[in-house]
Amino acid sequence: MEENKTTKPGLFEKGGKLGFLHSTVDAFETFLRVPDTVTRKGAHVRDAIDLKRVMIMVVIALVPAALFGMYNVGYQASLSAGLEWGFWKMFWYGLLKMLPLFIVSYVVGLFIEFADAQIKGEEVNEGYLVSGFLIPLIVPVSTPLWMLAIAVAFAVIFGKCVFGGTGMNIWNPALLSRAFLFFSYPSYLSGDSVWISVPKGMDAVTAATPLAVTDEAGRHTVQALTDNGWSFWDLFNGLIPGSVGETSAIAILLGAVLLIWTGVASWKIMVSSVAGGLLIGWLGQLGGATDLPCYYQLVMGGFLFGTVFMATDPVTSAQTECGKWIYGFLIGALAVTVRLWNPGYAEGMMLAILLMNTFAPLIDHCVVSRHISRRNKKLKTA
Amino acid sequence: MSNTIHLKKGLDIPIKGVAAQKTVKTVAPDIVAVKPTDFKGFLPRLLVKEGDPVLAGSPVMADKSRPGILLTSPVSGTVQQIVRGEKRKLLAVLVKADGKQASVDFGAQKIAALQSAEVRDLLLRSGLWVSLVQRPYGIIADPEATPKSLFISAFNTAPLAADYDYSLSADVPYVQAGIDVLGKLTPGGVHFCIGERTASSSPFHKIENVIMHVVGGKHPAGNVGVQISHIDPILKGDTVWTVSLPLVAAIGKLFATGKLDLTRKVAITGPAVSDPAYVTALPGTPVAALTDDAAENIRVIGGNVLTGECLGREGYLGFFQDQLTLLREGNEKEWFGWAKPFRPKLFSTSACYFSWLTPRKKYDMDTNLHGGPRAFVQTKCFEDVTPMDLFPIYLIKACLAKDIEKMEQFGIYEVLPEDLALCDYVDPSKNNIQSIVADGIDYMIKEMA
Repeated sequence: MEENKTTKPGLFEKGGKLGFLHSTVDAFETFLRVPDTVTRKGAHVRDAIDLKRVMIMVVIALVPAALFGMYNVGYQASLSAGLEWGFWKMFWYGLLKMLPLFIVSYVVGLFIEFADAQIKGEEVNEGYLVSGFLIPLIVPVSTPLWMLAIAVAFAVIFGKCVFGGTGMNIWNPALLSRAFLFFSYPSYLSGDSVWISVPKGMDAVTAATPLAVTDEAGRHTVQALTDNGWSFWDLFNGLIPGSVGETSAIAILLGAVLLIWTGVASWKIMVSSVAGGLLIGWLGQLGGATDLPCYYQLVMGGFLFGTVFMATDPVTSAQTECGKWIYGFLIGALAVTVRLWNPGYAEGMMLAILLMNTFAPLIDHCVVSRHISRRNKKLKTA
Repeated sequence: MSNTIHLKKGLDIPIKGVAAQKTVKTVAPDIVAVKPTDFKGFLPRLLVKEGDPVLAGSPVMADKSRPGILLTSPVSGTVQQIVRGEKRKLLAVLVKADGKQASVDFGAQKIAALQSAEVRDLLLRSGLWVSLVQRPYGIIADPEATPKSLFISAFNTAPLAADYDYSLSADVPYVQAGIDVLGKLTPGGVHFCIGERTASSSPFHKIENVIMHVVGGKHPAGNVGVQISHIDPILKGDTVWTVSLPLVAAIGKLFATGKLDLTRKVAITGPAVSDPAYVTALPGTPVAALTDDAAENIRVIGGNVLTGECLGREGYLGFFQDQLTLLREGNEKEWFGWAKPFRPKLFSTSACYFSWLTPRKKYDMDTNLHGGPRAFVQTKCFEDVTPMDLFPIYLIKACLAKDIEKMEQFGIYEVLPEDLALCDYVDPSKNNIQSIVADGIDYMIKEMA
């Protein structure tokens, strides 16, 4: 960013000596200073809001989950290694573990975004500010950095750039990177040995996530959770093994409050997703697929994190208000359906969201068509 | 009989500079411009040459395709200059006023006895026909056509707009006369919408021979397009005509007195105006004669900040405009703008900023875009400011795709760019929604012709 301050006018402008770097310089410049562009067409005054502000709000909403995740990384490590660490030691340990993941995610992702904008000669768009923060939070802390780098590259190139960038993509890029990892390197993304990072020189530990525990337990799930030392409140607090950001319902709900208050994410999607999850969880309990009370579904695995931060992505979710209810409900319902009835996958949130991303345009199409035909009927009879 | 419609969606932009209810001067300009560019779909053919004497009401231009449609001079004097732009496009005819304001005598009419054909004839001859706007498309009404109905909005909710209750308070009898005249043009009657806030105190609440509606809510509740969509939506094949209230008064005056008098109270508004108030002026009056505040780095807008036209300091007030808005150009960079927790000088509808803490504050707005253009990301904000039964984002995308069938389905017949002007304002992706819709409408006109 220092480079920007010494920029002589014209040097980086189109046609200037270093004009090929136009998009990059422009990105740094607009990152530091709101440009002096004035309105040329249409309304002469504009709202102060822009996409940078919207995106930074999502990042801020993610901060509680990220901070808690770092603390939990240290907590799980000390617990499994039998060490007596204090709060700050745990947090520091988690921070050091997480920092490389964040750096790799942002460096690789932003490099590709910049290169893409450069090639297309467009402004760099800020969508990756959020994706880059999300990705480290939805993978196990032990994910190798090279693997993360490949996953990020895949998600940004094939999830976003080929469609034309932020706003044009069909699937949530962060989830796409996780799906890539999940199917390419399953042994690093699931199982019992990936969730806990232990201090150097110690043996690796295995720890099942609550979801895996209930999946194994069959009929006596609550008992199995209790045997592992987890009550509902433990799951709600989030001091459990899992992907970094997803464990604490409290931290995620803090983020949800901010997102709903600022209107950045749709509360309709969140509410309907929770409703869908609860309903299927309840039906599963009723039908004997599990003996787990349905509200446990919300605090285990990535359900809440996915509901609050991934399903509500305004680009890949349904656009119509009625469509949002349907879209959210189906995500929650599908995720819990996969959990309860698919023996292959303990968790279904990622696939549920990606599937509904795919069908969001169809939902919207149905909603809009219905609206049009109803309107035509009304007008004809009127 | 009146029906009340209350609209929940919309937005009143809290901008500084509302005109005080006083009239500070009557402008008698030296030069008055007649601008064919004020009228959508008007192809001008000149009827005068430099040096010709004209009276108020003398024809200056005619439409090439429909020669009956005339533009007339609002003042008496001599044609001073014919202004052309690129490719010899006719931009304006400048008339040097002689100060006598002598008018062509069209003869005072007995309104009750008039037939539709006589009304049309006089409106055409006087040059007031162009004040009839046809929907869909927002073009000059076709003199041969008979509209389904006619709509007049008696209040204006646009930012800092002239308050008709004040600016036309002395013209109520003329408004009534104008409505009586216009009622002869359509079998469907004249729909007349007054604002909820002043419904009983408005000087217009006793207007007769209309179907009265009371409409309440934030902008764009005062937009006639929004009112139509709630009262009698336009279907494919329908035409509805609309007239702005000041021009209804001018029509009334023409029929009552036999003279063309386009004098109106113009609200001089905006944060860059030192003393926002009303002036009495004619359309075509130079900006410099209307206000002294048009300085360097000030944008002069004919109309309001959402839909107005950039006039420039050398420009002339347009035919439909009864408002001038002066804004600072926002051509300054702002360090860490979007990243600052607080930006108390800026207003945002979004709770991502903190302007919700100061709901009564009025802002000194400028023309800065506050960001760079992006693809559509957030789209619910469009619906929140569009109180019509349609999906704005789908309509906008259909316009971009130039898909006529989809545009029809999504309601292109019901909207003009002005009805979606707030989408321009709220869009975090900084798209020019009004231009997109205007291009869509132009495409429809071209393809459906």
